[in-house]
Amino acid sequence: MEIGLNHYLVLSTILFAIGLLGVMRRRNLLMLFFATEILLNSVNIAFAAISHFYGDLSGQMFAFFVIAIAASEVAVGLGLLVVWFKRSGSIDLETLKSMRG
Amino acid sequence: MFEAIAFYLFAFLTIAMFYITVMSKHALYAMTALAAGMIFISAFFFMLGADFLGAVQIIVYSGAVMALYAFGMMFFDSTRELKEKTTPSLLVFGLGGMAALMTVIIVAAPIVSNNMTAAYPIVEGVGNTQAVGMVLFTKYLIPFEVAAVMLLVAMISGIVLAGKKMDVSLTLVEDDDLPQTDKENKKAES
Repeated sequence: MEIGLNHYLVLSTILFAIGLLGVMRRRNLLMLFFATEILLNSVNIAFAAISHFYGDLSGQMFAFFVIAIAASEVAVGLGLLVVWFKRSGSIDLETLKSMRG
Repeated sequence: MFEAIAFYLFAFLTIAMFYITVMSKHALYAMTALAAGMIFISAFFFMLGADFLGAVQIIVYSGAVMALYAFGMMFFDSTRELKEKTTPSLLVFGLGGMAALMTVIIVAAPIVSNNMTAAYPIVEGVGNTQAVGMVLFTKYLIPFEVAAVMLLVAMISGIVLAGKKMDVSLTLVEDDDLPQTDKENKKAES
């Protein structure tokens, strides 16, 4: 059986749905970061598959930039998370609700 | 035939690992499953002929990002069981509807765009790494430099945010009265 573009796109969609599920059900901010990584990786699979099946290198270029953005996001996000944990003692989402009007 | 076997094997493994990441109650299990899933995803890149992207995936994600998460987890109380939140049903409805719409669009997109032509076709006769370099350093040079500056900014902000007062343990002690109490103890002893 031939593996075509649709196989990869369906796999990418399934992984994206799993990441979206994680974003919806997690309360710990570190687990939310993990779910974000899953979202970015599923998009990378779609980019690489389209790049292969259309013979175009732009998809791989965009996957590289997505990886660079993910790396910098982790650095800044973990720094902010460490600061917030030192201040409040918890990284749950509920502790961020300090601006209730 | 072998491609189909490899595809379905790695698809099953990746979905299982990411499902564990999302559903596990322990942060350590979630992180380990995420690292395994990243390595399994690089298998798809190798199957698709994007060798350089697969190597970058292993080095950056499984190496740098997961090591960063592992070091970051030392600051948090990751041994305690995670509690899940109860999301309002309207939000679940909206996000689920958007995900379903996106699924339809993704699957229908190749059918609509049948007459697409490659803007930067893959160069014949050279390896994937060389072809990537030729496109990256000509057509995508400015985004490449901007990404380099962005990584530098992220590195400096990470050092500034997380590296403040690293010599004093702020998680275990209220305020920073640990050095003062030590001095008082010495005074009391002497």
